Amino acid sequence: MAFTLYSLIQTAILCTNAIAVLHEERFLSKIGWGVDQGVGGFGDDPGIKAQILNLIRSVRTVMRVFHTLLLHFGLAFIK
Amino acid sequence: MPNEVVELSWILVELNTKARAAPPAGDSVLFEDTSSAAPAMNSQGYYTSGYNMGEPSNDMQGGGGMNNLFADPMANAAMMYGSSLANQGKDMVNKEISRFMSVNKLKYFFAVDTRYVLKKLMILMFPYTHQDWEVRYHRDTPLTPRQDVNASDLYIPTMAFITYILLAGMALGIQKRFSPEVLGLCASTALVWVIIEVLVMLLSLYLLTVHTDLSTFDLIAYSGYKYVGMIFTVLCGLLFGSDGYFVALAWSSFALMFFIVRSLKMKILPSLSSDSMGMGSNAKPQLRLYITVASALFQPIIIYWLTSHLVR
Repeated sequence: MAFTLYSLIQTAILCTNAIAVLHEERFLSKIGWGVDQGVGGFGDDPGIKAQILNLIRSVRTVMRVFHTLLLHFGLAFIK
Repeated sequence: MPNEVVELSWILVELNTKARAAPPAGDSVLFEDTSSAAPAMNSQGYYTSGYNMGEPSNDMQGGGGMNNLFADPMANAAMMYGSSLANQGKDMVNKEISRFMSVNKLKYFFAVDTRYVLKKLMILMFPYTHQDWEVRYHRDTPLTPRQDVNASDLYIPTMAFITYILLAGMALGIQKRFSPEVLGLCASTALVWVIIEVLVMLLSLYLLTVHTDLSTFDLIAYSGYKYVGMIFTVLCGLLFGSDGYFVALAWSSFALMFFIVRSLKMKILPSLSSDSMGMGSNAKPQLRLYITVASALFQPIIIYWLTSHLVR
């Protein structure tokens, strides 16, 4: 498997995109990973499931901000 | 724009060669030393290269050269402009780099000396007799690699990576399969695997909320130590054929696995945090053991993957 840096970047972007478009209601609630079901532990150690849910939610938020910025300001630059 | 830069750099080079001819004589003119030993000491203080050993003979020509330097206003102006340009460039580069990583932390990893490198290489190849794997601290900061053999550094991984690329080029050339693109491909493949491994380690450490002081650079260092094993394996494969390759592969795999498990055990497994009511990370210590063992098992696979095509 000969990788190049470009393929690594492609893989990273596609994985991030996949995490970001994971729909909350359709999939995660069905498995029991909804946003209202995971984040209870404020103790010292949240546990793996809460960490993964946090990660998914933060990736989604960051990609939304990034996507909005890119869309609106990118259009302004093109104009 | 590039033309001006080329011209300025050419002017700077020319001025540097002129400037080097002048100061040994300039010292004897400016400082007016009466002792006979002092002028030689002064010029050696400025230039450490051994080129100033015979300057008493250059005194007469050197004095003339210095006058030429200051009588040429264009060269003077160009020199000052060039030096201010270089300073601006240097400041800009420093500012940009310090936004991404702190340079002081990086300097810690390159503070090595010969004794440390030799001992560390021996530990990497034969870790079974090393007794004490604790990283020693000095008032809450880890000791530099110069003072502590167990500290991780980035010098060995960097050098080993570059050596591995050169060795891969040589091995491919021996098999008459060499071309510059293949070399670049090999380099970027190895780099990508290091990045993947570091990212997976970071992700798993984050998910298991392990409170450890392993920074990203530490993980890069531990991933880079496998290149030493790879170099040894490829060399044995080239020298002794296919049997030598497998023997060296087995040897360096076991040595590396032992090294990684012992090193990471110190850092990941015990719960050392003093502010957590004594519980540390209660995400099942087995999972942390799994991480250590998994990252250790990953090394021989990667070594085999990246070197088998070099030794047929």
